[in-house]
Amino acid sequence: MTRIIVIIAVALLVGVYISWRAGRLDRMHTRLDTARAALDAALLRRSSVALELASSGLLDPATSLLVAGAAHDARTAAPGDQELAESDLTRTLRAAFGQPDFRASLAGRAGAAELLAETEAAAHQVFLARRFYNSAVTTTRTARRRWLVRLFRLAGSAGPPQFFEIDDSLVAPGSDEAAPPGVSRLAG
Amino acid sequence: MRVGLVCPYSWDVPGGVQEHIRDLAETLMDLGHQVSVITPADDDTVLPSYAVSAGRAVPVPYNGSVGRVAFGFLSASRVRRWLKEGQFDVLHVHEPAAPSLSLLAAWSATGPIVATVHIANPRSRLLHAATPILEYVGEKISARIAVSEAARTTLVEHLGGDAVLIPNGVNVRRYEKADPLPGWPGPGGALGFLGRMDEARKGLAVLLAAFGILGPQRPGLRLLIAGPGDAEEAMEKVPPALRDRVVLLGQVSEEDKVRVYHSVDVFCAPNTGGESFGIVLAEAMAAGAPIVASDLDAFRMVLRGGEAGELFATGDPDALAQAAARLLDDPARRAELSAAARRAVRAFDWPAVAREVVQVYETVRLGGGSVGVSGR
Repeated sequence: MTRIIVIIAVALLVGVYISWRAGRLDRMHTRLDTARAALDAALLRRSSVALELASSGLLDPATSLLVAGAAHDARTAAPGDQELAESDLTRTLRAAFGQPDFRASLAGRAGAAELLAETEAAAHQVFLARRFYNSAVTTTRTARRRWLVRLFRLAGSAGPPQFFEIDDSLVAPGSDEAAPPGVSRLAG
Repeated sequence: MRVGLVCPYSWDVPGGVQEHIRDLAETLMDLGHQVSVITPADDDTVLPSYAVSAGRAVPVPYNGSVGRVAFGFLSASRVRRWLKEGQFDVLHVHEPAAPSLSLLAAWSATGPIVATVHIANPRSRLLHAATPILEYVGEKISARIAVSEAARTTLVEHLGGDAVLIPNGVNVRRYEKADPLPGWPGPGGALGFLGRMDEARKGLAVLLAAFGILGPQRPGLRLLIAGPGDAEEAMEKVPPALRDRVVLLGQVSEEDKVRVYHSVDVFCAPNTGGESFGIVLAEAMAAGAPIVASDLDAFRMVLRGGEAGELFATGDPDALAQAAARLLDDPARRAELSAAARRAVRAFDWPAVAREVVQVYETVRLGGGSVGVSGR
């Protein structure tokens, strides 16, 4: 009799533990979804500001055309091409901002300082949002690899979450130019 | 006439647009015009005496690949200075929709502006943010030239209006004479092909099938193929017994390309479609190669209905094999075709093409005025 009670108690405890683990994983997936939504919002904001910069008349027509094209491509990229298109937008903005005396040439133009600051802030937000999303991906992927999760298929049938890998630094790697405040720099 | 030519891409990188501008500039000067070219170029590039550097080109993502273009306010001010000092009668910009010097020049200049569009742009949707810029530039252009029908379509979509078609010139002098590659064409005869191996419409598969028919009948016959693409994939289409008689050169240099045309008894253009002009065909004609080509409208026109080269039913390996065999057995006919090709290609030689371009210049100048710099 006691033996049966012990077996039932152990089974109950195991059940509670498994459902607690499932709940933890579920919360992790929620955090992942939120991080992804934040990243998508940051990317959208960046391409919108880039388009605004391109149509502001502050830049020369060739630079405007480049920035507008890259922003448009980033916005309309198919899911498989998104990382490439967003990296291209970063590189285009970097080339535009990296012109010698770029800031000096715009100094004093109406609205220039605000728009440049807004573009840099939007680019920095992409840099932050991507790191938070990728860190959520890392923890989720680690949790999904646990034997208990795999044995009871707690993660469901969807594939593991994917990292979002893009070039998101407005300052060229290896550049000795100091990053202005708010401009992201790739670590390492 | 004083002509200002604007090159959008870096002079030190080989490319069709740069080559076109160089040939046009030199031919215009031969015809007695004064020419100045402004182009992006690396600091250590030695430019010809008629060219001016607008500074280094910067690699940026553009149209799905990396383009080396010049943009920014520094380039813009260099272009304005060049326009001011040049005192041109006509400004001729190339690829005006590319984010580079041509756009900047057309933006800043006033007066007669001619624009040439070279590349058919794969981007079909117009950019809303870019529309005002391209519209403004489009309004200022007095005459448009397209080098192909596909380029013309792009131009109409991007800048509106219509364009005259003036195909690319062939620098006949550059192809006329060359030594064959060592050992070619050889006693058993040789067929030749030039073009991308993996692009189906270039028709290499048709030629390989024809070689599969001819090879066993003619033990000494060889096939020379030049052009980029997957060599193994191409070889798989050749019967194993014939593989040692097919030579794949891969991508070749400009000089070797000319030598390829001189290394074969019969040059084959088995294209299955999509050619608007057939620059390869024109080059082969300039080299005086006896030609067998698909019976496409464009090829029929270039080869004067078969007078300057044999035509065969497009996509039919048997017809190609028969036509090639006839030529291989008839040296007199080959000599006849070679001479006819050299005569026919003169219509596409640079002096002829440049004269057509000069006619466009003269037409836009009828309106009066010369090139200036706008206030902005």
